[in-house]
Amino acid sequence: MHKSIRRAAMRTLTTLLLALATAFVASPSAFAEEGGGLPNANVNVHDQGSLQRGARLYMNYCVGCHSLKYLRYSQMAEGLGLTEKQVMDNLNFTGAKFGEPIVSAMPEADAEKWFGKAPPDLSLEVSAKGADWVAAYLKSFYLDPATNSGWNNTVFPNVAMPFPLWQLQGEQAAVMNPAENGQPATVKELELAHPGSMTPAQYDQAVRDLTAFLTWVSAPDELVRSHIGAWVVLYLVLFTLFALVLKKEYWKDVH
Amino acid sequence: MRAFTQWFNERAPGLGVAYKKHMTEYYAPKNFNIMYYFGSLALLVLVNQIVTGIFLTMFYTPTAAGAFDSVQYIMRDVNWGWLVRYMHVTGASMFFIVVYLHMFRGLMYGSYKKPRELVWLLGMLIFLALMAEAFMGYVLPWGNMSFWGAKVIITLFSAVPVIGEQLVNWIMGSFVPSDPTLNRFFALHVVALPLVLLLLVVLHLGALHEVGSNNPDGVEIKKHKGPDGHPLDGIPFHPYYTLKDLVGVGVFLIICAIIIFFEPTVGGFFLEHDNSIPANDLVTPASIKPVWYFTPFYAILRMIPSKGFGVLALLLSIVVLFLVPWLDRGKVKSIRYRGLGYKIALTVFAIVFILLAAIGDDLTPGWIVAIFGANADITTIENLFGRTLVVLYFGFFAFLWAYTFFGWEKTKPVPERVTTHA
Repeated sequence: MHKSIRRAAMRTLTTLLLALATAFVASPSAFAEEGGGLPNANVNVHDQGSLQRGARLYMNYCVGCHSLKYLRYSQMAEGLGLTEKQVMDNLNFTGAKFGEPIVSAMPEADAEKWFGKAPPDLSLEVSAKGADWVAAYLKSFYLDPATNSGWNNTVFPNVAMPFPLWQLQGEQAAVMNPAENGQPATVKELELAHPGSMTPAQYDQAVRDLTAFLTWVSAPDELVRSHIGAWVVLYLVLFTLFALVLKKEYWKDVH
Repeated sequence: MRAFTQWFNERAPGLGVAYKKHMTEYYAPKNFNIMYYFGSLALLVLVNQIVTGIFLTMFYTPTAAGAFDSVQYIMRDVNWGWLVRYMHVTGASMFFIVVYLHMFRGLMYGSYKKPRELVWLLGMLIFLALMAEAFMGYVLPWGNMSFWGAKVIITLFSAVPVIGEQLVNWIMGSFVPSDPTLNRFFALHVVALPLVLLLLVVLHLGALHEVGSNNPDGVEIKKHKGPDGHPLDGIPFHPYYTLKDLVGVGVFLIICAIIIFFEPTVGGFFLEHDNSIPANDLVTPASIKPVWYFTPFYAILRMIPSKGFGVLALLLSIVVLFLVPWLDRGKVKSIRYRGLGYKIALTVFAIVFILLAAIGDDLTPGWIVAIFGANADITTIENLFGRTLVVLYFGFFAFLWAYTFFGWEKTKPVPERVTTHA
């Protein structure tokens, strides 16, 4: 009789634990406000080639305005498997020393004058907004004569930033929904009006590389973590097995 | 070795006695089940928080201008700094998981009942101190959610009549969370509250060892002692439970290691995305919400339309837990022998607690859209759902009192001796 009660109690407990676990896992990956419904960026920070190509894109198209102040050139070399010479010759255009952080050469006061707001540091952009958001943002610029820069973005409407990758992707134009009930017209979809130097497939890959690089910059520890994590878990499993054997030996005389 | 032990004991009176009293001659019931791991695990996490916290303190800068940068300095420039910080962050969340399960165990087996009322009260004080400790720790990285979380929570004190506004400014040391706020929270987080926590833990364990541990059958093992004066159903804590707990520690550390090394943010639950943005009093996060472990109580606050009554309900939701030993008039301790009503009520209470967490964490709008479609009136449905949960939360305690006070509970006979053991 007691056995059945005990089983019932354990069942209740198991159900509760499962419910707790589901509450954690089933939550829509917590980017609800900004990344909800965005396509998967599909980045792989373990693909060193992708990170290196992303770094090259970043240093050619982004770092002019956006710093990575929490990352040093030396850390980039180490994380991306590059030599000091490779980084200093190909990825450092500001004359900063190898051990210095990656800081944009643009004076902040000028930036505010030009754009109305200093371009943000992007060291933690993926941590804050998610890789899906960053990738979708980079694919969603379109020509809009109504804005100051001539560019607008469906993911980040009325963003102050002009589109720096237009030569690669080309120029997208918006197909608008008809305006209704006095509401302003909304964007239905974007179409490529003038192709750039890359095909759409090549541009998708470029965005994937750039997003992978920024994902790595947000948490450079991930490469180290996943590398040693498996060994830590393996050690702990062995530890637990030994503890279990020891416990069973001592508990033999408990009846 | 024996000579040294003797030399030592002669010069440190009481240490050997204390070791015997609390370890080798503390007789614990032999039938502890899986729910009895969480006390020792809480102690383990407390030690982890103190040790990793000391190392974080060495590199952290407690100023509004330097705090955010110093956390990134720890993550990127300090050797193994990321590991120490993730251990501290994961430890904070695991602390609450373990403590909630520990408290639930108390409710399951009636561990708060005579003669263990003081053990329960001291435990609840630990919970209260832990909430204060966690809240202040959460403010220290000075991310945008730290800032707005601090602002919202401290502003709750404005609900205090007459002196409310002044009280808020006194706590912040300013009119918005700023340098003075961060400085004092740092002092309280690393010195004052850990001391309080440690003292309370010592008292909690002292009180427990005075009356002895409860067990899944809810029988008092001291009633049946052998010729040697030890409880027949008891076994020395050391080595039996030290070794059993070591197995629990192993499993627990495996779970922690998987989180720390493979998914330290736990999808934004343990480390929130908005805290990757530095504190900014001009930019409000899209949804301000506390970390997951406060969300059940936060939901109670949010679901009550008046601010004053909301804060009162929030306070009451925690105070009522202190009163459980006196609300529950039932003599039978363990859920195994209690009436069906209690089993159902406790199950509902646990589910309500989790669902309140979902509301406090802003997960419900997504659920409502999934169930009722995109045109659903989210606010109305959420309020209806949430307020029902609030009523059920407090209803549990009202039911517990009425059920036992009016003698409605049909209990089963409690055995004389424990029925199961590992």
